[in-house]
Formats: sequence, structure tokens, C-alpha cells
Amino acid sequence: MLPELGNFALVLALCLAIAQSVLPLIGASTGNEPLMRTGRSLAVGQFVFLVFSYFALTWAFVVSDFSVEYVARNSNLALPMQYKITAVWGGHEGSLLMWVTILAAWGVAVAAFSKALPREMLARVMGVLGMVSVGFLAFTVLTSNPFNRLLRVPADGADLNPLLQDPGMIVHPPLLYMGYVGMSVVFAFAIAALISGRLDAAWARWSRPWTTVAWCFMTLGIGVGSWWAYYELGWGGWWFWDPVENASFMPWLVATALIHSLAVTEKRGGFKVWTLMLAILAFALTILGAFIVRSGVITSVHSFAADPDRGIFLLGMLAVTLLGALLLYALRAPRVGFGGGFGWYSRESLLLGNNVLLAVACAAVFVGTFYPLALDAFGLGKISVGPPYFDSVFLPLMIPLLFLVGIAPQVAWKLADPVETARQLRWAFLAALAISVVWPLTMGLWKPLTALGLGLAAWILLTAALDIRNRMMRRRSQGIGSMVRSLRPSFFGMHLAHAGLAIVVVAISMVNSYEVDRDVRLGPGETASAGGFEFTLMGVEPVRGPNYDADQATIIVTRNEAHVAVLTPQRRYYDSQPENPMLQASLNRRPTRDVYVSLGERLEGEAWLVRLHYKPYMFWMWTGGLLMAFGGFLAAADRRYRLARDRAFITEEGLAPPKRPVGREVLE
Amino acid sequence: MKLRRVLLPLVAVLAILGLFYVGLGMDARELPSPLVGKPAPAFELESFFDPEVTITEADFIGEVALVNVWASWCVTCLREKPLLMELARQGITIHSFNYRDTRADAMRYLSRDNNPYTTIAFDPDGDAGLEWGVYATPETYVLDARGMIRYKRIGPLNAKILEEEVLPLIARLEAEKP
Amino acid sequence: MTKRQKRLTLVLGVLAGVAIATGLILNAFRDAMVFFVTPSEVMAMTEMPERKFRIGGLVEAGSVVRDQQTVQVTFRVTDTAVSVPVTFEGILPDLFREGQGVVAEGRIDSQGVFHADKVLARHDEEYMPAEAQAAIERAGHPPGAGKGY
Repeated sequence: MLPELGNFALVLALCLAIAQSVLPLIGASTGNEPLMRTGRSLAVGQFVFLVFSYFALTWAFVVSDFSVEYVARNSNLALPMQYKITAVWGGHEGSLLMWVTILAAWGVAVAAFSKALPREMLARVMGVLGMVSVGFLAFTVLTSNPFNRLLRVPADGADLNPLLQDPGMIVHPPLLYMGYVGMSVVFAFAIAALISGRLDAAWARWSRPWTTVAWCFMTLGIGVGSWWAYYELGWGGWWFWDPVENASFMPWLVATALIHSLAVTEKRGGFKVWTLMLAILAFALTILGAFIVRSGVITSVHSFAADPDRGIFLLGMLAVTLLGALLLYALRAPRVGFGGGFGWYSRESLLLGNNVLLAVACAAVFVGTFYPLALDAFGLGKISVGPPYFDSVFLPLMIPLLFLVGIAPQVAWKLADPVETARQLRWAFLAALAISVVWPLTMGLWKPLTALGLGLAAWILLTAALDIRNRMMRRRSQGIGSMVRSLRPSFFGMHLAHAGLAIVVVAISMVNSYEVDRDVRLGPGETASAGGFEFTLMGVEPVRGPNYDADQATIIVTRNEAHVAVLTPQRRYYDSQPENPMLQASLNRRPTRDVYVSLGERLEGEAWLVRLHYKPYMFWMWTGGLLMAFGGFLAAADRRYRLARDRAFITEEGLAPPKRPVGREVLE
Repeated sequence: MKLRRVLLPLVAVLAILGLFYVGLGMDARELPSPLVGKPAPAFELESFFDPEVTITEADFIGEVALVNVWASWCVTCLREKPLLMELARQGITIHSFNYRDTRADAMRYLSRDNNPYTTIAFDPDGDAGLEWGVYATPETYVLDARGMIRYKRIGPLNAKILEEEVLPLIARLEAEKP
Repeated sequence: MTKRQKRLTLVLGVLAGVAIATGLILNAFRDAMVFFVTPSEVMAMTEMPERKFRIGGLVEAGSVVRDQQTVQVTFRVTDTAVSVPVTFEGILPDLFREGQGVVAEGRIDSQGVFHADKVLARHDEEYMPAEAQAAIERAGHPPGAGKGY
């Protein structure tokens, strides 16, 4: 009965969404205030029904109601309880239900935190969010209903894919969906601005925290996904340029550009139409991502089972979004205008450089992902482009981008003097140069590309430290408290996020140059070495997990005869599919390196195939990602945005750029 | 001027959408099989449940039936199984080859959720699979009452294919049965 | 500079950036493109290419031989018409199995042995890599018949 109620609630939510996509917009165009206000209550209603629906599905998993087809396919009796609950989003239908629930939650958040928005604007935002909801809810109800019943109830379910029975996979999808769905809020703001033809500093100040928060979740989602691939797939890789990874990376790149473009729009009233275009693109790319993952148009390691009907539906959504938004854009963008001008060397021009580089990077990923598809579609042969393509395109784009990260925060808006910048940063530059020469030597072998990467990372860190110091020193006379207060969250958050990026760059430079992966044959008592560590196989014994049997190896790791760690990689045979063993790697983590072992197949006698990994600085990868997201959250929490939220202001001059003093001002 | 500004992005967007549409249609699984329209190939295998009993193509012939190729190591087969159970419940005869498998593993596979198959021929070396042109598991054939192969699906069945192709075909074959 | 000139410089700058980027992409493509070849096409080759390429098909039943003393494994990839011997060093993917689809990336030597440095099999759901599927499809359809490959 509960699943039927869940289904009913889902359909009700769809009805409310349809109302939400029409009524507030009518209200906004006719000036009817009660109609405008409906947006809020409809969003709350939608959220309540979807939460109910979501819990109905979760309950079906908890009590193992295998009459629900989705439960029967993604769970079984022996599945540990925590995985029963997370299996709700382990497959296509349930993850979609989670998606729409999160979307509704964002809608409620917008409704709750927007009391001060001009009411027409809020009504339009809610209306557009309603349309997005209609799209995804209709997709769920029509093509992917998680509550479908089976006529004959099986005694036991299939299983949750063992690869997904892992803590990393528990948090990865919700984080990523938070980010994806956050982009629809940004999109709604952009469309509302286009409809009204007005885009002012208040609008930018409004959209910025939402964009930043969505970006943070996306960053975390991608980071956790990479972390999961790193230890769960057991291959030691952390990024494969797989189409599904690219599906999440493309909107991230555009969202990153958007954050920086929004800074210009807020501070200088510039880049207006460009900001809107990025917001539309970021959202369209999230739908494209859903299309890639859920339609089967591109096969990949972790795409859901293919179903062309779903593909057609998502393609339709993509078409409506792109054509509708671009038409509106073509009609209204000239009214919005580009915004204020700026000198050839100014913070604006450097941020423009940032935007161009990120947009080109996104285009390059797009081409690399879809060019093989295009060739195949026209019967011109099957090719694959793989990591070498992406590596060789990304490197030349990222070098200037990282260099700019060090400069732009130091440069004044409107017009600045490059000589002055050079004077300010010359010591940081020389220090970074010195670090790039010395640091790679600690790894025993100097490589130019590593040196470049480490130098750029040091450059970002040093210039950030310099900027923070300079800002504090300007308040030196007012005492230490004032000096600390001068580090406003948005300013400090920006530098933290940049520092996070630098740390990720260190990890990438190090691991790409110095990692060691070796497949070896080890008998009991035998030793092999990799990356300066010796690995001795003590033995392999069977162990029993909650729903699997495993062969567990005990491997002692030493370095120069000194004990380092005991690793216990497993080869697991899940009860539901014992014929498909899964690798469970075991790793020992230190700040500057991971040592990591996976157990392969058994050879003759007592010998086993073992893969040994030495991964320098991997820990920095995850730390850096966390730091980026944390910096973003900090920036989004700046009091300035809260003030903007609480103060009821309706700017009528609209298009006029904000009146701000020209001169040194820090990007926040 | 204004028109051109709209037109170019429009064309680009339409081109990309069109590409995706074409991409969707490329269902590589629809291989016409040379065996469709031919009689079921001959084979001689042990019965899965009783090595003493021999099963030949004659055991598959007599009524309209499905022939399913499966293995316990095939994850997709496991996912397809609920559908087969449903078909069996509706009274459709399903013969099968247990393909490149061991009896112990396959027995566990069957016991997990009952057995939809009327007949199981044990084909540990894939001998019959060769004759029947098995590419990979799962595969499903439809035989008419005279033992002619009328349809072949490579890959798992799903509700849509069943409703649109397989079940109507079975109904038609039942109707033309002498 | 007048406003018009400024705008022009800006547009030119962006265009130059895009042009450089396009060049980068094309260049990267030339180096990184890996062609996909079926076992039948390998057999038809008169000269063995030096470039890396991919072959795909099914792992021929009974062809997998693990060397018990080293980490080397050999097997044959077939498109049901012809098969190509492949050697690989290391741990095979979880779902590598005889009779199932596989794609190998690497180089071929003058003896016609394919030395794979990467072996791909699907993780789940998908029961056969698209490329393996295509190989079999092409083997079953001589040029001119069926879909125009």
C-alpha cells in the first residue's frame, strides 16, 4: 500500500509543479500579487509530497518489499541495513527520485531565503524552477517510475551492485545531485533576469551565493567520485576521462567560469550577457550529463542500464531548454547589455581570460567526449580518444589559467598597471621559481613538467599569502582584532579555494610523474618492490563478510628494512554473484604518499597476482578538493549576502552599474 | 544582422541535438541472425538435472517456445530472470541452454529464485552455443511449433521488447499452429 | 583608443584565444586518436601499423592461458570469423571472461601477436562493449551488406 501512496504523492507533486510553472509567471506578467505568491506554497507542497514519496521508497527497501520491481532489482535480504537505505539511489529510478526531491528542497530554500527579492523576480524564479521540476518529475513518472510493482513477487531480490556497497558511493550521488540541481536555481535566476530584461548588481549579489553553494557541492561530488574510483575500482586511477566523469566535469568548468563572471557582474556591472549565457550553459550541461549517464548513447563504466525512451525524453528536455533559453536570450540579451567597459589590463580583463580558458577547456572536453560518437554516427569508423587527448589539451590551457589565479586577485578593477603588478609580485615569482627547482628534487628525479606544476602551485599559494598579509597590514594601526576582521569570509574563502586548487595541482603533478604501478606474482614469503617499498606476502586466508566471502591477503610493507604497514587487500565473492569477484584494495596513507595493494587472481600453488601501487601526494588531492569546497562555502556565507537578503530593496534604476570607487578593491 | 545572430547558434544547437538523436538510434544489439527462418540446429547434450538423460533439439520442438541461453556468471542474466519467471507463470514454455557453466554454480543460481525453465540442456563447453550462433549471454530465441527459429534477441529481454515484439509474435505463432 | 577600437581589440583577443585552442584540440586529436580495428581487419592488413590501436570482440573460449611463473596472460580475441592472439601482462579486469566481450588496446608485432597494455571489459549492466559488438557485427556482414560500416 505504501508504494502506491508514494506513487500517488509523486504524481501530486507533478501536478503542483505544473501549477508552479504557470501561476507565478502569469501573476508576474499581470501584476497579480496573490498569483505571484502561489509559487512559494506550491514549492513547499511539492517538497512535502516528494519527501513522503522518497520515504515510501526507502521503507520498501527497509522491509525488503520485493513486490516493488526497483527494490527487487537493487536489494536483497542479506544486504546490510545501511546499504538497503543507500540502495534507494543505487539505480536509475531511485536516483532520479532523489534528484527531484533535492530539486524541491532547493525550491523551498529559495522560497524561504528570498523574502527580500522583488516579488516579480521571485515569482519568475519560482515559475522557472517549477518548469524544471515538471521536466524531471514527468521524466520520473513517465519513463522511470520507481514504484512499479512486479506481478509475481520474487522470494529474494537481485542485489545492489557490489561496487556500490561502499561509503564513498553512499555520499557521491547526493553531493553531485546537490550541485547539479543547484545549477537549476542559477538557471532560474538567469531566465528571470532575461524575462524582466533587468540585470543589476542586486541580482548578481543575489545569484552569487546560490551559484557558489551549488559549485561547492559539485566540487565535493566530483572529488568523492574520484576518491571512490581510486580505492574501490582497485586500479589506482583517480580520473579516467570517462564520458560519465566528463558529464560532471563540463558543468563544473562552466560553473567555475560563472562564479568568476558573476564577480565582475556584481562588482562592476560587467559581463552581464556573458554571465547569463554561462548560467544557461551550466544548466544545459547538467541535463546533458543526465542524458549521457541515463540514455546509453555513450557506454561507460558507470552508466545506468540503457533505455532509448529515456534518452528521447532527456533529449527533448535538452532541446526545450536550449532552444527556449537561447530564443529568450536572443530576444532579451540586447536589452540587458554587456555592461561596463574596462582597460586591457585590469581585473576584468584577467577574469575574462579565466572565462575564456575555462570555456575552451569545457569545449575541449565536449569535443573529446562526442567526436567519437559523431564519427560513428556518420559511419566514419570507430575511434576512441582517451586520456592522452585530454592531457595534451588540458595542459596548455591550465598553465596560463593557474598563472592568472596568482595575479588576478592582486590587480585593480577597471584599469591597472602591469609594471606595478610585476613589482608587487616579483619576490613571490622568484620564490615560486626556486621552489619549482628544488621541490621535485625531493622525489629523486627532476622532471620539467612536475617542476612547472609545483612552481605554479607555489605561485598561487605565495601570492595568496601575500595578498592576505597586505590586506591585514593596511589595518595594522587599528590593532590585531581589526586586522583579523579585515579578512572577510568572501575574501578569505576565495584564497582558500585557490589554495585548494594549488594543492590539487601539487598532487596531480606528483602522482603523474612519480607513481609506480606494478603487477607481480607473489608466493607466500616472497617479496617484491615498488617505489622504494618492499612488499612481502605472508599468506592468503578466507574471511567472511556480512554478505560475501573473501580471500584476504596479508602483506607486510617495509622500507629499508623498517616496518611501514600491514595491508590486507581482499578479493570478494558476493553471495549474490560469487562468479564475479571484486577487488577490495588496502592502502596505507601518509601525508606525502599512499602505498596501496590490490589482490588479483590466484596462480598455481599458493602464489597470487598482486598489484602494487606507490602514489605520492595522493592525500593532497582530496585535501585540496575539500579546501576548495570549504572556501566556497565560506565565501557564500559572507555577511554581505545576508544583508542583501534581509534588506528589502527594489532597485528601479536597474541597468545602471553600481556606483563604486575606482581603484584597488579585492575580488570577493 | 539580427537574424544571423540567432541563426548560427540555432543551427549549432540543432546539429548537436540531431547528433545525439542519431546516437540514440544506434542500437548495436539488433543483429539480424542468419538462423532466423531456419530450423533449430541439431545438438546433443546432457540434461542439466540428470547427466544420464540426453537432450536434443527434438526436446525443444513441439510447441511455441522460447529458448534462453544463460549462465550463472552472467549478471545480466540474473537481472533478466524475473521477467522469465513472469513468462513462465503465464504458461509460456522456456527451454534453455546453461552455457559454459558448472552445475554447482548454476544450481545455486536457480535456487535463488526458482527455475523458470521447462528444459535445461547443460552446455559446459559451448558446443551447442556454436551451432546456435550464440554471441554472448543472455540470448533468447523464439521457436514456432514446427521448430523453426522465428526471432532472436541478443542481450537481455525487457518489458518493452516483450510487449512489442515477443509476446505478439508468440500469440501469432500460437494462432497459426495446426 | 576609442571605445570601438577597444572592443575590436577585445574581440580579436578572444578570437585569437579560440583559434589557438582549436589548434590545440586538433593537434591533440591527431596524436591521441586510437582507431578501432576488428580481428578480420587485422588479418587483412598487409603491413602492421606502428600506432596503437584497439581490437575488440569476444574472448575465444578455451584460449586464456595464464603463465604460472610470470604475470603474463595470453588469449585470443575473435569476431566469430577470425581470431587474433593477444598477450597482456598484469591483472585482468573483474569481468574478463571467456565467451564475453572484450576490448584490448596496444600494438601488434610483426608476427601478428597483439601486445595489449590495456584490457577493457564491462563492469556490469552492459553485457558487451560497443566496440566488441561492432566487431562481431562487421564479421557477420561482409562489406556492402547491411549497415554501411
